[in-house]
Amino acid sequence: MYVSKQKHMHNEHTDEHFQFRIDNGEYIEPRDYMPEAYRKNLIRQISQHAHSEVIGMQPEGNWITRAPSLRSKQILLAKIQDEGGHGLYLYSAAETLGVSRTEMIEQLHAGKAKYSNIFNYPSLNWADIGAIGWLVDGAAIVNQVSLQRTSYGPYSRAMVRICKEESFHQRQGYEIMATMMKGTKDQQAMAQDAMNRWWWPALMMFGPHDTDSPHSKDAMKWKIKRETNDELRQKFIDKTIPQAELIGLTVPDKDLKWNEAAKKYDHGEINWEEFYSVIKGDGPCNKQRLSHHIKYHEDGVWVREAAEAHKLKTNLSVV
Amino acid sequence: MTTKEALYNYSLRMGDNALILGHRLSEWCSKAPIIEEDLALTNVALDMIGRAQAFLKYSAILKNEGQTEDDLAYCRSEKEYHNHLITEQPNGDFAHTIARQLYISIFEYHFFSHLEQSADVEFAAIAAKAVKEVKYHREHAIDWTIRLGDGTAESHKRMQAAINDLWMWTGELFEMDEVDTILLKDGISVDLAPIRDLWKKELDKVLLEAMLVFPEAEYMQSGSRKGIHTENMGHILSEMQYLQRAYPDAKW
Amino acid sequence: MTDTQLDLWEVFIQSKSGLPYIHAGSVHASDMKMALQNARDTYTRRGEGTSIWLLPSKHIVASNPDDKEMLFDPSNDKIYRHPTFYVMPEGATHI
Repeated sequence: MYVSKQKHMHNEHTDEHFQFRIDNGEYIEPRDYMPEAYRKNLIRQISQHAHSEVIGMQPEGNWITRAPSLRSKQILLAKIQDEGGHGLYLYSAAETLGVSRTEMIEQLHAGKAKYSNIFNYPSLNWADIGAIGWLVDGAAIVNQVSLQRTSYGPYSRAMVRICKEESFHQRQGYEIMATMMKGTKDQQAMAQDAMNRWWWPALMMFGPHDTDSPHSKDAMKWKIKRETNDELRQKFIDKTIPQAELIGLTVPDKDLKWNEAAKKYDHGEINWEEFYSVIKGDGPCNKQRLSHHIKYHEDGVWVREAAEAHKLKTNLSVV
Repeated sequence: MTTKEALYNYSLRMGDNALILGHRLSEWCSKAPIIEEDLALTNVALDMIGRAQAFLKYSAILKNEGQTEDDLAYCRSEKEYHNHLITEQPNGDFAHTIARQLYISIFEYHFFSHLEQSADVEFAAIAAKAVKEVKYHREHAIDWTIRLGDGTAESHKRMQAAINDLWMWTGELFEMDEVDTILLKDGISVDLAPIRDLWKKELDKVLLEAMLVFPEAEYMQSGSRKGIHTENMGHILSEMQYLQRAYPDAKW
Repeated sequence: MTDTQLDLWEVFIQSKSGLPYIHAGSVHASDMKMALQNARDTYTRRGEGTSIWLLPSKHIVASNPDDKEMLFDPSNDKIYRHPTFYVMPEGATHI
């Protein structure tokens, strides 16, 4: 991109002015002045978000060839394709900050960039596809709706598009759960089993408690994040419990109860030891997910090289 | 064989072709060379499964035994599937998938362009939709064949190998049996002899532009019309039908 | 050859004829045809468009945010460009 350069006096390149713009509710665009820490924080968050979408294709992809009806196969394929598309939108948003997709993939492979912990759990039966759509996407949507008002323009625009497209994902998952709960004993058992395994990891998706969240303070000040981990988690719990009850699923938390005074559900403590051990790499699928991504990235090298070589031989490129 | 039976078989074949190719393409999910291509292959897979649904639904109506398209897709034994053997060939590397797409999409473009004129209104309607989709599949396959054929030394070698490896499965695309001939009389089916000429002519042009050598004639494999498959088919079905077989009473 | 993620393109979609082309996002592709196909597969999965424009990202010319005042402030006081600036006699219609 060419940006015209005119020299003149201005006082807009200060952190104070930047914070003034943020507080004023303005969006920050790629060429605007931004503190280096803001840029770094954004790159970290957006690329992590993009990687999550892409790695998230794996546990769901695990069931495409075994989807039990033509309808469910189409829906699942379309949904996973959306996740890939969302990864792509987010990589593009991060690229406006001066980091290339190649660099982001390198950081993922080197273990320097993270992706959502939730995808380090396996998808073991068909109801897991329901649980992923309903709980995992449900949790993600709570976060993403909030991020539509994030302060960085390209990130916000990507989130608006993503939220619009994600709206069917959660319904798809809940429909699977509801169908299975109305089905045979085996199906009901599968649905409850999936609920038991995905509930807590879904709550962990919002990250540590606000008091233990290392990046939260700056992210809130800069309006990269608009609501805290605990606020978002509570929103998710409050909207999900009635949905579980409606179809007869038991939430695997014996401490869960409605708090009439606070008009919210109180829940049991999350197993943070498990959370941190999965982040550290000790989840059931950490190695599998990353090796899968690396393997197919490497398998694609010759194809990408061929495309580049062909471009140079023809006049199809615009140099 | 009655016309009604022939109609059922013809519809079933087309449904099976789309079903099994869609299955293979869906295996690419999260494995493509670049994320954009992942989306592209999924779009083709979705077109295929949609088409399978349309043909199998029509087959179920023709059979009139209260079955659904899902019963046909998921509850038949291997010998009852009549997809072209090329559709069940493994994805291999990206070049093999592209070669399979190239052979099939050029064939399907000409095939469905003709089926669009079918005297059977249902076939004509499904074909009209398929033609639009397959036009795009064909362009996608041709462009990649040219990029890979005329890319690097390695991609050229891989693309030529894929074109050669899959060649022996292409003869079957143009086989005609009793089903085809019965329906041809009534203007329902497509005469495959002229389709073969169109296919060869177009393929020749693409391979030339891709700097690839047209495969030499060799013995063509056959079997799908009789329900004789390759070893791949049993594995495809054991995956695809897993839930139906494990939980026969369940509704999904 | 070194491995890349191919070139970056900007995608503009027209949702139906008569309407302006609006920036939808970006795609990666090595050539024009691939860019067009990738844009179609990425940004029109839900019937969002009937026409696509593509532009290599490096060819976009953008104004510098530092020039915002110079470029855009001078037009703020030219209120005579807006129809509400004018006083119309009571009862005048179709104007």
